[in-house]
Amino acid sequence: MTDKEIIEKINTALAEEFELDEASMLPEAHLFDDLELDSLDLVDMVIVLEQTFGFKIREEEEIRSIRTLGDIHAFVIRKRHQRLQSS
Amino acid sequence: MPLNRVVVTGMGAVSPLGRGTGALFKGLSGGKSGIRFQPETAAVRGLRSHVAGRVMDVDPKEVPRKYRRSMSAGSLFAAVAAQEALVQGNLPEDLRTREDFGVAIGSTVGSVGTLEGFFREYFSGFCLERMRSTLFFKIMNHSPAANVTQILGIRGRTLAPAAACSTGCQTVGIGFETIASGKQRFMLCGGTDEFHPLFTATFDIMNAASTRYNEHPHRTPRPFDRDRDGVVCAEGCGILLLESLESALERGAPILAEVAGFATLSDPSHIANPDAASILSCMQACLENADLKPKAIDYINAHATATTEGDAAECEAIRKLFGGATAVSSLKGHLGHTMAASGTLELMACIFMMQQNRMLPTLNLDHVDPACEGIRHVRRVEEKSLQWILKNNFALGGVNSSVLLRRFNRDG
Repeated sequence: MTDKEIIEKINTALAEEFELDEASMLPEAHLFDDLELDSLDLVDMVIVLEQTFGFKIREEEEIRSIRTLGDIHAFVIRKRHQRLQSS
Repeated sequence: MPLNRVVVTGMGAVSPLGRGTGALFKGLSGGKSGIRFQPETAAVRGLRSHVAGRVMDVDPKEVPRKYRRSMSAGSLFAAVAAQEALVQGNLPEDLRTREDFGVAIGSTVGSVGTLEGFFREYFSGFCLERMRSTLFFKIMNHSPAANVTQILGIRGRTLAPAAACSTGCQTVGIGFETIASGKQRFMLCGGTDEFHPLFTATFDIMNAASTRYNEHPHRTPRPFDRDRDGVVCAEGCGILLLESLESALERGAPILAEVAGFATLSDPSHIANPDAASILSCMQACLENADLKPKAIDYINAHATATTEGDAAECEAIRKLFGGATAVSSLKGHLGHTMAASGTLELMACIFMMQQNRMLPTLNLDHVDPACEGIRHVRRVEEKSLQWILKNNFALGGVNSSVLLRRFNRDG
């Protein structure tokens, strides 16, 4: 899966879960300020990403520093690459 | 006697007869039945009752996701009904968001359907990894009350009485007492329930659900009828906006009726079986709450769910307290048993009857059962000026409730 495909998969999953307008899903979009998500949504976002990509990220410290959609893209891409390297 | 007089200034409904009080009153006036064949229960092995009254016209998407994510169907019904009540009550937002505006909204069980979904996941691999953060908010006992306060920005009391089929009248009684004692100025009061086969199964296992009319859903339930065979479960929500009389007059609100009395008493004789003496005591206590004699009552809206024992016990109690002259009918034949919502949906119908000077009959009452004789059944639409109406609501667990409505008269 290319990085572009990963980003599309993330956006599709989050758009469905949170009923987001895909036009608003820009990398720089702030999760709280622009996409109007909140702390409960972030909990569910982790669950959706775990289900979508088949990995466990709930305990990852890095999740706490995620602010934008681009941060999510970068985080998931990095996790995928780490998994591929370790497998 | 209450310190403050309490009036109804708004009503909202979601019922098997349609969305809104207009659909409810039109259906009741036209003698319509909201009962349909229910494939969901027909598919359950061992369940014999395949009829129910379902809400067909509430789209969850009409509530923004931010609120909807913590709402099951029962909360959605409550939100829709509450908004209708506020519009009818002509209530501006600045009054709604004050700390003297509260809610008393209850349900039988928060959301059985949501619990079913949870346990389906839980037992398939004993895993919680797919559980969403908002699940618990849908199944809390006070979920509908909490969701209504969130969506409407309410800051006063959140009360959530839960007494199964007695919930509706209890919410109005608690709202009445809260306003009468000056603790709140406004209360949104009501019961709400969403259908699940568990409800039907609960009555079916006790041989108290209707099973003989699966091919003819409109002919059941049959309150007081000799051929009645039990409860038909239904869903919906009725919300009344209660307000102190002083407040209603001050802001020129439409005054639909006065809540003049309330009683709720326990029947410790049996967890399930109705008891005529306990029902009588409750109705009597309600009348005493308003310092009223039985002969003053123009019409009684019975709980009468069409069970063999329940209808007979309520008739016996009415006969002993009121004699055979006071008009009585039940609306379960139209609506089925909307459980927690039944008290408030049927209270709204009482207010409608009061406004129309017309009593609505018991649907499907073709032949009065000998055990239900000796009271004056309303068998067809009857014109009558209604000043005082008593509404009964009883629940499994031995919880009896009665609410007294009075046509509004400014002079008291």
